[in-house]
Amino acid sequence: MKVIIRRPRREVEMPGSRRVRDLLQELKINPESVLVVRGDELLTPDELVKDEETVEVVPAISGGSDDEV
Amino acid sequence: MKCKTCPGKAVIDMRRHNAAFCKDCFIVHAERQVERTIESDKMLSKDDRVLVAVSGGKDSLTLWEVLRRLGYHTTGFHIVLGIDHYSPQARATVEAYAKKNSLPLIVTHVKEEYDFSIPELAQYTRRVPCSACGLSKRYLMNRAALEGSFSVLATGHNLDDAAATLLGNLLHWQTPQLGRMGPALEATHPKLVKTVKPLIRLTERETLAYAMLRGIDYHDDECPNAIGATSLFYKDLLNQLEHASPGAKQSFYFGFLKKGRPAFLSAQADGVELKECEVCGQATTTETCAYCRMMDLARRTATARGR
Repeated sequence: MKVIIRRPRREVEMPGSRRVRDLLQELKINPESVLVVRGDELLTPDELVKDEETVEVVPAISGGSDDEV
Repeated sequence: MKCKTCPGKAVIDMRRHNAAFCKDCFIVHAERQVERTIESDKMLSKDDRVLVAVSGGKDSLTLWEVLRRLGYHTTGFHIVLGIDHYSPQARATVEAYAKKNSLPLIVTHVKEEYDFSIPELAQYTRRVPCSACGLSKRYLMNRAALEGSFSVLATGHNLDDAAATLLGNLLHWQTPQLGRMGPALEATHPKLVKTVKPLIRLTERETLAYAMLRGIDYHDDECPNAIGATSLFYKDLLNQLEHASPGAKQSFYFGFLKKGRPAFLSAQADGVELKECEVCGQATTTETCAYCRMMDLARRTATARGR
């Protein structure tokens, strides 16, 4: 499978199929800070991504100007 | 994974709620969370004229979308920060959203109207860019709300923003700031406008999911000045905690509001008397407000450097 990771953008080829939670663990990405998307579809951690598919890891976290919240 | 409320297939899991939702049920859940926040903290009424601060990112456009759908009278307010490549795209995103939804929008350009872009301000005042940006935004948002006679200013801060700010304020024992933290701050001076943060019960991951599922065309680029920002480091730390202990961020922030903040309210009030800035007339605790002092320093430094 191909995994596209944004910020900074990079592509990772991972052989075989695996569940979303496993691919994030292998890539050492905290699932609390991202969403995993296949096309327009958001994927839950139990979803199986097949070898021939492409998924994108979209970062949820943005930072910037300090503020009183 | 199945949706918690219907037989549909889930698209997002939320471990802090021990739940997962399909697209439609998640959208309903997120909008209800915002609606309940607005009601429980008495943030807005349907009579209010609400100025919504919109950067063009997922959080601010999610806020505008939800407030619009809930039937509030909103006007967008966008600040063009003058950051190469980033600012033009952000502005175009906001203008496209406003046009698509026939919503009024006010745009302020810091370079054109106040002489300095945010990177220039940072350079001439030797502040980190995020500090110059935060101070400018707070000042310009309040000023725009006053000048436009808006009753409330709404910002898209989410639970991750709030928890990260709380962590930073605690680490440095910023007691007056700890007293001021809260999802709704009433106007305590005629030159201050009430500010509210209706997304405070949604995590950043949830606002991202909402924006994606609603098909909001948000500006996805990270501000180049935010790379390495302390707030990102704090958010990462808190998400590590959240991963190990779901609900940690919520417990940290809302627990503080309930049990910790009252202890700091006096620190906020002690010796603080708000008056009008002798330069611009905005509310301040000193003779000249922090924004005018920053701008004065920038002008003097720029002149000294022959600009």
